[in-house]
Amino acid sequence: MKKLISLSSIVLLLALVLTACGGGGSSSSGQNVTLRYSIWDTNQAPAMQQIAAEFKKTHPNINVQVQVTPFTEYWTKLETAATGGSAPDIFWMNGPNLIKYASNNVLLPLDDKISADKVDLSNYPPSLVALYTYNGKHYALAKDFDTVALWYNKKLFDAAGLKYPDASWNWNTLRDAARKLTNPSKGVWGIAAQQANQEGYYNTIPQNGGYVISNDKKSSGYDKPATIGGLQFWINLIQDKSSPTLAQMTDTPPISLFESGKVAMLYAGSWNAIEFAHNEYTKDKVDVAVLPQGKQRATVIHGLGNVIFANTPHPQEGWEFVQFLGSKQAADIQAKTGTVIPAYNGSQVDWVKAYPNFHVQVYIDELAYAVPFPISKNTAAWEDVESKVLNQVWAGQMSADKGAKQLAQQMNQILAQEQQSS
Amino acid sequence: MSTTEVKLAAKRGAKVERPRKSHRAVGGDLFWAYLMIAPLMIGLLIFYIWPTFQTFFFSFTKWGYFGTYHLTGLSNYQLLLHDPDLGGALINTLIFTVLSVPASIALSMLVAVLLNQPIRGVGVYRTLYFLPAITMPAAIAMVWRWLYNGDYGLINYVLSLIGIHGPRWVSDPHISLYSLILVGIWGGIGYNMILFLAGLQGIPRTYYEAVSLDGAGPILTFFRITLPMLSPTIFFATVISMIGAFQVFDLVYLMFPAPSLVIDSTQTVVYLFYKNAFLVENKGYAAAIAVLLFMIILGITAIQFQLQKRWVHYV
Repeated sequence: MKKLISLSSIVLLLALVLTACGGGGSSSSGQNVTLRYSIWDTNQAPAMQQIAAEFKKTHPNINVQVQVTPFTEYWTKLETAATGGSAPDIFWMNGPNLIKYASNNVLLPLDDKISADKVDLSNYPPSLVALYTYNGKHYALAKDFDTVALWYNKKLFDAAGLKYPDASWNWNTLRDAARKLTNPSKGVWGIAAQQANQEGYYNTIPQNGGYVISNDKKSSGYDKPATIGGLQFWINLIQDKSSPTLAQMTDTPPISLFESGKVAMLYAGSWNAIEFAHNEYTKDKVDVAVLPQGKQRATVIHGLGNVIFANTPHPQEGWEFVQFLGSKQAADIQAKTGTVIPAYNGSQVDWVKAYPNFHVQVYIDELAYAVPFPISKNTAAWEDVESKVLNQVWAGQMSADKGAKQLAQQMNQILAQEQQSS
Repeated sequence: MSTTEVKLAAKRGAKVERPRKSHRAVGGDLFWAYLMIAPLMIGLLIFYIWPTFQTFFFSFTKWGYFGTYHLTGLSNYQLLLHDPDLGGALINTLIFTVLSVPASIALSMLVAVLLNQPIRGVGVYRTLYFLPAITMPAAIAMVWRWLYNGDYGLINYVLSLIGIHGPRWVSDPHISLYSLILVGIWGGIGYNMILFLAGLQGIPRTYYEAVSLDGAGPILTFFRITLPMLSPTIFFATVISMIGAFQVFDLVYLMFPAPSLVIDSTQTVVYLFYKNAFLVENKGYAAAIAVLLFMIILGITAIQFQLQKRWVHYV
């Protein structure tokens, strides 16, 4: 049995190697070319395919193959493929990984092509253009942006006789409401205090006046009392028993709990709107409001970019597709299908219109006080420590104060190494 | 060279070399034999043997991003001594092996003996027990995660019917390793059962006829005839299962998605290898872990081959 498996896998691998060698041949424009476009979100695959089909209408010789790899494996697979020289021609990039990929020459700098084809970068929010600029060079055209807002289950609010969340809510309103919504006999919790950075403490930390990483990327903000307060916000909710415990949320992901009516409130990104709109349970029972305010208003903003693999055999065709992905036409497809908030200025209105049942306009309103996603050269190294230490805090094995200070110490060490290596 | 020597050599050559030449020549028997096994051998060389040597080499290197590396001598092995995670991973792997292998062997032997009886629908039962062996680990892990779910899982639901408040099987650090072992045992039964069935059917009927004439009951027959005659199969199954248990990774990776609280109490040596190779980008150190595991498995297998002389009976 095992021999059979290894034998057949060898044959398969040989076949793959041979076809891969055969595929990398010459490519003058005009010849038929297939581009591989790698993404990580299944919810967005239909819109990406639609964009690829639209692109083919004007570029009949270029086929685009959309390949979905789940986020948890995406970076592992991409890095291995890039090392072996077989990365997809075009792929999604995010902020935390940009510097790592750009500084190791995995990405094609786009400046020559941008100026040759007169692409106007002022069509995109400046913060996103800056996110994908490294050492003065542009490596991506901005695809979309996302902010975080408060989703709530109207049915559970009605049952508890509570008013729906609105712009008047602050941290205390939320904590009180969460307590009132919790009903242990029915297995319902007020909120899911998930151990997540983007949908969690990266919002509450700036709301409390704290920060994760200093602007010069040299020191951690986790030992600052304001930052610790941003973590304590979540711990309070767990200690109130208004939220499932970390163990419960490990067994069943918070979003599943929300989508089955077990949790009344959830902090979720704008990219989740499409899922809630299609989910049988949530599509007519939930709505969304701005994040409750702490000492001040804040939300974390992030956005994806489309990049070209530096060693692609088809850089010109790749650029034509990336240019199309960054166009108003592609933005409109993303907006009208409600997929994500497009980065292209002015097309956000259509995204809001795609959700007549949800007040998703709040995601756009939050732009006024959005803070950038914290990154450094090797973001993954301290994100690993961050989630490891905060897991213990969330599980109640360590106080937020002690955990955060320990985290700050380890993060500062990593940042110091990072400074040396650059 | 004297003429006699030449003659002798020619004589020898005539006797020995000529037939060998004809075997080796293009179109000869050996040529065809090598040609036939070439696809397998080339695959083995490229995908198994060459990477093994590479792993040894890489264990003396430090890697940057995207395939750049430089030699660092023994520093990865020094790191092995100071890695706070390694001790735990070794102990977890050892507990997994020590608990899952004997249980899996004993249970699969029991199942094999039962399914070696002439009962109705035996083929169906054999298929059912073998199914886990041909099911994708990802599917197995997903189903077990659902069964194990602390709040909505089937196991805890059944337990609640008889008034037991079930534990958090996969999210309680004190229990998760044992939940993993249960799945390991369950998954190992099918493959070993097939081995034992083959072994059982290789035992000549005459032995059983002889003991039944001597008036031995089923228990005595099992311990005096079946068990000793099955010992080569038991030995083989133990060696294979042990190697498999030391390399357990897929179930850990799939049942305990990182980052989770339980990973420290469930991570195995291969999981640690994966983490260092692909998540924290420390491929040289990961290679050193692989070499360490290779040595451990080599040592334990060698010991098993020594010990087998005392208890394995070859007919």
